[in-house]
Amino acid sequence: MTTETTSVPALRAPGAGLGLLDVFRRRHLLALLVRKEVQIRYRGSILGWLWSYVKPLTQFAVFFVALGIVLRQGETIGYYALYLLSGMMIVTFFTEAFQNGTRSIIDNSALIKKIFIPRELFPVASTLVAVVNTLPQVVVVFVIALISGWQFSLGAVAAILLSLLIITVFATGLGMLFGAVNVAFRDAQSFVEIIGMCAVWASPVLYQWHLVADRVGEGALFTLYSINPITAAVELSHAGFWMPLHPKNGLVLPNLVPASLAGLAIAFATLLLGQFVFRRLEGRFAQDL
Amino acid sequence: MLKTSEPARTDAVVVDGLRKTFTLRHTHSFKETFLAALRRKPLTTQFQALEGVSFSIKQGESVALLGYNGSGKSTMLKLISGVLSPDEGKVLTRGRVAGLIEVGAGFHPDLSGRENVYLNAAILGMSKKETDALFDDIVAFSEIEAFIDTEVKHYSSGMFLRLAFSVAIHTEVDILLIDEILAVGDEPFQQKCLARIRGLHDAGKTLVVVSHDLDMVSNLCQRGVLLRGGSIAFDGDSKEAVAMMRAG
Repeated sequence: MTTETTSVPALRAPGAGLGLLDVFRRRHLLALLVRKEVQIRYRGSILGWLWSYVKPLTQFAVFFVALGIVLRQGETIGYYALYLLSGMMIVTFFTEAFQNGTRSIIDNSALIKKIFIPRELFPVASTLVAVVNTLPQVVVVFVIALISGWQFSLGAVAAILLSLLIITVFATGLGMLFGAVNVAFRDAQSFVEIIGMCAVWASPVLYQWHLVADRVGEGALFTLYSINPITAAVELSHAGFWMPLHPKNGLVLPNLVPASLAGLAIAFATLLLGQFVFRRLEGRFAQDL
Repeated sequence: MLKTSEPARTDAVVVDGLRKTFTLRHTHSFKETFLAALRRKPLTTQFQALEGVSFSIKQGESVALLGYNGSGKSTMLKLISGVLSPDEGKVLTRGRVAGLIEVGAGFHPDLSGRENVYLNAAILGMSKKETDALFDDIVAFSEIEAFIDTEVKHYSSGMFLRLAFSVAIHTEVDILLIDEILAVGDEPFQQKCLARIRGLHDAGKTLVVVSHDLDMVSNLCQRGVLLRGGSIAFDGDSKEAVAMMRAG
């Protein structure tokens, strides 16, 4: 008899977990889920993982030609290519993590309906897949910055890391929130695509922030614009990759430090809200899917 | 294989005053919901799957959940595994619970057999170390050594089930939930699985079994819980339960 030995575990309700905390307890499973996603995503295509770079690169080329050359942004903003790349990388990371997270519960419905595992694993895994996808882009942007004369400073590295942290937390929170809603209402995923479309314009990625400030003044509207966590993350990325090159018109958001802290706080608040809504709706996942 | 009951065995599963209602939603978008609300059409209908169900299972017991389709057996199993949560009353379990519920749910066709073993073992709650230690046993039991590095989509359905079942049956658990898996696979493999399940039971694991193969379950389990229309019609010796179920 192996059961009647020393310690007897307590009776507890199955399926009641600690939410996100359980995800870190199941790191091994999380790692395998991420690896699975990464492996199967482009299976059967010739370019494979290169596809996830073709799209952002095409987008970059279009913007660079249209805005940088035709609309002459490249003449006002120094190192415009790097300015564009370092911002677009952040927004691409955000939209990818957010969109994958929103679909993650539905995509894993076969599993969720049959076996209990902490369901937060799926949106978190989606964000990590986006991280895996983004890291090579970070390296590419970094190499371009180095060639252009980037010099190491602790502040620049901290800014880049903080930028990635804000997006990771923010996108995970939103992914959980919309992923949970998406189970009952598939409208959520279409809605999220629209958000993704707007994200690139709602932050100073293609233009500089002061164009917005010139239009709306530095009042409440501008505050709203600058506490958008994506704006903070994009500007931190500019501060890390682009500002050290001392570019022409080298400006980042005024009050970048408080704006970043506000962005980080909003990102964490979103994560908490996402977790809260997720837990409220999670009980119905297995029957609604 | 009947075991004499030891004194003061603790409960492994406690089900108390359980009610589970399914709300069937008729709308799946904001637009549909809005239009249906405007026309005062019902947005949902209620279906009572389980009502006022209470029982407890001692550690080391083997229990068959019996009943015809729609009687609530699978719902009961999903509630014990934690996939569903009760609307009223409670379900409590002690120790690790793993289900042989639809084995292979966590398998991905594009991954190799080996990768799927690790992924599925992790889904069933095993660590990397535990899986490493059991890997050879799992593969040997499934009898597909030669194909373990082939993608699962190239497997025959029998090979697929053997591997999936083999992973599930090797997980370290205290309570094993089994839903209708023995109906598949060829005869020798079925016998092997049954022997393995009996072995787990002899080792003191708690079993909860759902199957339509009434002779098999009444042999495997001492106790039968007969569900009818979402509530318990009989709880006692499994042979009697089967007889009662057949009598209607």
